[in-house]
Amino acid sequence: MTNPDDPRLLRLAEEDNVCAVRSVVPLGESIRIAGVEYPVTAEIPTGHKIAVRPIAAGEKVVKYGAPIGSATRPIQPGDYVHTHNLKSDYLPTYTRQSGKHHLD
Amino acid sequence: MNGYARPAGRKGIRNVVVVAYLVECAHHVAREIALAYRQRGVHLIGFPGCFPNAYADRIMRQVTTHPNVGAVLLVSLGCESFDRGGLAETVAASGRPVHTVVIQASGGTTASIAEGRNWVEKALQSLAATPRVPIDLSELVVGVICGGSDATSGLTANPAVGRASDLLIEQGATVIFEETGELIGCEKFMAARAASTELGREIIASVEKAARYYTAYGHGSFAPGNAEGGLTTIEEKSLGAYSKSGRSTICGLIKPGEVPPRGGLHLMDVVPDGEPRFGFPNISDNAEIVEMIASGAHVTLFTTGRGSVVGSAISPVIKVCANPETWRRMGEDMDINAGRILDCAADLDEVGREIFDCVVKTSAGQPTRSEALGHQEFILTYK
Repeated sequence: MTNPDDPRLLRLAEEDNVCAVRSVVPLGESIRIAGVEYPVTAEIPTGHKIAVRPIAAGEKVVKYGAPIGSATRPIQPGDYVHTHNLKSDYLPTYTRQSGKHHLD
Repeated sequence: MNGYARPAGRKGIRNVVVVAYLVECAHHVAREIALAYRQRGVHLIGFPGCFPNAYADRIMRQVTTHPNVGAVLLVSLGCESFDRGGLAETVAASGRPVHTVVIQASGGTTASIAEGRNWVEKALQSLAATPRVPIDLSELVVGVICGGSDATSGLTANPAVGRASDLLIEQGATVIFEETGELIGCEKFMAARAASTELGREIIASVEKAARYYTAYGHGSFAPGNAEGGLTTIEEKSLGAYSKSGRSTICGLIKPGEVPPRGGLHLMDVVPDGEPRFGFPNISDNAEIVEMIASGAHVTLFTTGRGSVVGSAISPVIKVCANPETWRRMGEDMDINAGRILDCAADLDEVGREIFDCVVKTSAGQPTRSEALGHQEFILTYK
């Protein structure tokens, strides 16, 4: 039986709806998640997150078996998950862009 | 392994002379004294402020009487408010040679540098006779921190350090982890691992305090590089950082500068009590390392994904590289390649054992990469 997950996926806990990737996943490839092939809609750098289940806007994003924030828009399996679709439930994330604003 | 005997108290794994400036105005003179002996275990530390601060006073007393320190030269301008007499008494009471150069009394820059170097020369000669004594892992204090974190930190280096921490604690060692501001979201998990329900409540309160403190500043303990490295939220960074603590029971909550009274795993509460006063609790990674040293750390395990190069004055830093791409780019600065876990070339237990072995070798005297490259960072500010 073949592995239901692409070997680049690193599942940290069974209940997670995102995985880390062990190496870069290029745009345009497809990736196998739980036996189903999904298109990769953006390049995912090493260690970054990919959705492995559909996540509704407002739903908790779960990694390490624990919530790491809430989705700000609907997310499909195979989507890159980062600051464009996930936000903290505690403190806003500080980026170079928001940092410029911060210093104004 | 053999350590260095100290007249009173804990044994060291290094035998360092520290030259400490007590105000920025004395920094240049102190640096000129120390630089001449940089290859011979003379480290520069100091506090830049002219106004008194109880925290800085406590940290300076702790680091100048750290087990890795054999002798202390204080460099004062003369008119700053630092309690140089009290600090010198504390060092003398610990049985260490201590001398204070007061620049205004010594006649200025050149005379002060000459006086300081003269004293350091003699101190180095006397330290060469420091007795070597066996030191056991149970006598060791190890700090664990992360810096320059990216999304790989919490996948490889941090959980591997957690494994090493568990191995060290099994041998009776003391391990300190920290940054309550980087444990936001993990407070309930930590409370469940606390030795008592009372301690569990204190841990939750310390993280809530950190969240309030950082909220007052408008953002968490999160640098733009963290997001570029794939960490999206403080909770995610926290969960990755939390894995450095392994699975041992959390047996105490300490303040910076407080030495854990017994072995086992301790959490350091780095955020001051009360209203925010002097800015961010730790302005950079080395501020965290200094607090670890002030709490007795003989060695600090430092995990990094983005790639940090730092070491420290007084206590060696072992760098555990999380990211295989960073290892390929900056390998000379790294002691341990944990990134190979991502490449499936090693598992967490193997790398955890390798980190444990590196702590043993470092404690026995083997220089870490940052020591070999001459790193001796130190920073202490108001808190």
